[in-house]
Amino acid sequence: MANIGHLTGEGLQAVPRYAHGSRVPGWDDAVDLTKDPAGVPDPAQVSVPADLRASIEDYMSRYPDHRSAAIPALHAAQKIYGWCSPEAIEQVACVMRLTPGYLTAVAGFYDQFDLQPMGHRPVYVCTNISCSLRGADELLASLQDELHDSLDVNLRGFECLGACDIAPMVSVEGVYVGPVESPEEIAELAAQIRAGEDPLPAKQLLKRACQDPNSGPS
Amino acid sequence: MTDLILFKNIDEPGLATLDVYRARGGYGDRLRKALSMPRDGLVEELKASGLRGRGGAGFSMGTKASFMPKGQMDKYLVCNADESEPGTFKDRELMQKCPHMLLEGMIIAAYAAGATRAFIYIRGEYQQQADILERAIAEAKAAGLLGDRILGFDVNLELWLHRGAGAYICGEETALLDSLEGKRGNPRLKPPFPANQGLYQGPTLINNVETLATLPHIVEMGAGEYAKIGVENSTGTKLISISGHVMKPGNYEIELGMSSRDIIYGLAGGPGEGRSVKLWFPGGSSSPVLTGDDLDIPYDFNSMAKAGTMLGSGAIIVVDDQTSVVDVALKTAQFYRHESCGKCTPCREGTNWTVKMLERIKSGEATPMDLDLMASVCENIIGNCLCVLGDAMAMPVGSMVKKFRGEFEEYIEAARERAERELIASITPSVEVAA
Repeated sequence: MANIGHLTGEGLQAVPRYAHGSRVPGWDDAVDLTKDPAGVPDPAQVSVPADLRASIEDYMSRYPDHRSAAIPALHAAQKIYGWCSPEAIEQVACVMRLTPGYLTAVAGFYDQFDLQPMGHRPVYVCTNISCSLRGADELLASLQDELHDSLDVNLRGFECLGACDIAPMVSVEGVYVGPVESPEEIAELAAQIRAGEDPLPAKQLLKRACQDPNSGPS
Repeated sequence: MTDLILFKNIDEPGLATLDVYRARGGYGDRLRKALSMPRDGLVEELKASGLRGRGGAGFSMGTKASFMPKGQMDKYLVCNADESEPGTFKDRELMQKCPHMLLEGMIIAAYAAGATRAFIYIRGEYQQQADILERAIAEAKAAGLLGDRILGFDVNLELWLHRGAGAYICGEETALLDSLEGKRGNPRLKPPFPANQGLYQGPTLINNVETLATLPHIVEMGAGEYAKIGVENSTGTKLISISGHVMKPGNYEIELGMSSRDIIYGLAGGPGEGRSVKLWFPGGSSSPVLTGDDLDIPYDFNSMAKAGTMLGSGAIIVVDDQTSVVDVALKTAQFYRHESCGKCTPCREGTNWTVKMLERIKSGEATPMDLDLMASVCENIIGNCLCVLGDAMAMPVGSMVKKFRGEFEEYIEAARERAERELIASITPSVEVAA
């Protein structure tokens, strides 16, 4: 008899699988495989906070195709819930008349959207070439040491944040600060992040003057 | 050095507000001059200025505008403010300190392209800059500078700011369009080019922040005057971002054609006492690297192309002689692996395998043959994908292997010896015990 082991599975080594049945870890964590795919949510079933609905509808009115508002709408929802929770996605889907699956796919593409529960205050440390040449990896490690118990902080290394002039730098909830070099500065910054204070006011990017010597008043 | 154009007195207090910008001549005679020109005449003027796109590709701005089809249809203008090329931070300074310069340039570009709707796609990480731009847009709308019948001319423009959410690939123009349409930011097959089928399938002109911000000045000076600045085929001034191992990292405005040594040592102060330039990226982390011997090459589009690299976005990253080239290559490759959108196999797999091979080199498991394998992986990425993200990893990493092959081989040998010693030490009982 011809060897049909590859069809029946006989004689093959068992492939290790994760609890959810896949060989790929985590890629479908948020999905319940026994459920039917979710359609566009029924507005009668989903309650959406009024201000979230208003801001999503405002975004939708700006574009010829309302689908363009997906990213701004997800930003708005993440701001409220701290992450793109199934609940947040469903509410956005309900207002935008899209499927939750579509929005999850979009959110999964972009680094700033979290599909796992995370601290709601993003702190990014740029670890790209220019910053790492000036010690960003060490900065990230020290901040991780200092802030590992602050559960509301989402501290992570991030791709180039476009501030190589203040390398190594940190973006604390969108506020760029740098260069953060000495251990004292790192400790001070960590304390400010933990307390939710204005981070290193003297080292904020917005206060930095242009470096070109000819740019001053003539 | 001629006078600065974009960075002239950029730190003037309140420049981000409409009043101060207007007091400087913004939205004034030059905008009237632009809007009173016939559309074709304005496009010809832009062509004559020789302005080349400042985002990376260096394509003639006027020629790009002239590709926009005529006729009654919805046309779009998109400003690419997704400044994410590692090492680049010039648009950030411009948008944050003088947002109205960008808006005025966008009015001119929209008129030249016949577009009535415009979007600024700004990267999600630039939250402070987005807030500043939002305020500027609101001010301009309230003053009637955006909307219907701008300055009384038959020109309408509806402009919105659109924030991204952290994806390097969205700086690629077709991926940016997909992202702006509310999708995952995957690049599209070209052709059709955006000028024919771009945003919402309509003709779309896409330009970088710096390119657009230059337009008011070109109109004010006249194309002829502007073309006198710089060198042939690289006219005008360019904002450059210098970072890495230099004493004074920052943004500088230079006349194209300036010597690279004057930029790195003169403006940015060089790598400091006792150190020298080992390698530098002339145009962001996507450009093939140059070495310390190449410092006398003039900094302009054509000279850089002749040297086998590119001016790109004008981001110079300097690496000094105390840094290992293997670390730089690994950091570069890791970034592109993370940012590959995964659509095209050569890029998705090629970036991944390059990282794996570099990690193998670091852990002492590689042989010099891996360098050839890596070079071959890089060669097979270039030109085989929808967009140039894979190329952007293959070119710098390939150039590092080519130019520093000796150092790579020494590193491999040293790492292998170290790994062997550790292995032997872990399986043999220690000498003290035996003795």
